[in-house]
Amino acid sequence: MATMSSGTLYRGGEGMWTWVVHRIAGVAVFFFLLVHVLDTALVRVSPQLYDQVIASYKTPIVNLLEVGLVGAVLYHALNGVRVILVDFWAKGPRLQRQMTWVVGTVWVVLMLPGAFFMLKHTVETMFGSAA
Amino acid sequence: MSTTAQPGPVNIPAPRSSQRSSQRSNFELYSWLFMRVSGLVLVFLVLGHLLIMNVLDGGVQRINFAFVAGRWSSPFWQVWDLLMLWLAMLHGTNGMRTIINDYAERDQTRFWLKMILYVAAGFTIILGTLVIFTFDPNIG
Repeated sequence: MATMSSGTLYRGGEGMWTWVVHRIAGVAVFFFLLVHVLDTALVRVSPQLYDQVIASYKTPIVNLLEVGLVGAVLYHALNGVRVILVDFWAKGPRLQRQMTWVVGTVWVVLMLPGAFFMLKHTVETMFGSAA
Repeated sequence: MSTTAQPGPVNIPAPRSSQRSSQRSNFELYSWLFMRVSGLVLVFLVLGHLLIMNVLDGGVQRINFAFVAGRWSSPFWQVWDLLMLWLAMLHGTNGMRTIINDYAERDQTRFWLKMILYVAAGFTIILGTLVIFTFDPNIG
């Protein structure tokens, strides 16, 4: 059995890497989820405190991290659908490699406009084209 | 007349059939299935949430207490958020459980990491549920 001490890395090709990234993205999203429930819980404490904490989500650096979060969630979702198709669709195992390319393409196609709209305000305020 | 052994009926029990029949539970099967079912529902709930909260109509810049109050005045978004909270927490906790089982080698380490995980998850689910059910737009 592969263990941490004997090394867990094997050369499994793209199937291994989609799995590694799926795990890392999942863990990152899980920890954010714990924090996000806590920050939202502040609506039960006071509106002022909630608004104050949410203001940090609107700063340029955190705004950039949000693009990373959305990217992680989107990858985890698309690759998860691919895993479901491999498991339950008769043609899934045979087409898993092609589906990996579909996941990558759809991710890029959705992230481009997504990142644009998410960062629009930050870029405009930083470079002065908005008030 | 040949005495060479001919292929005939051989009585080999199915692998692990003895353990499988009685004492083993189907927990891991249900957990595997849950990841796929909850994952599919979460694709819509979470991507919809992110689209509304972070991308459309100014994204995160327009979020404040009044915005939350407006959304939670509708039972539709209350149910959406409640379902998303429960499914995402259970999906994430089960994923973390799998990862702990994979990488923590010592029994003691595995046990305590999972205890911390379950306490954190239980606390977060209960807190989030209470917040949705007891939300008061006129607080403060």
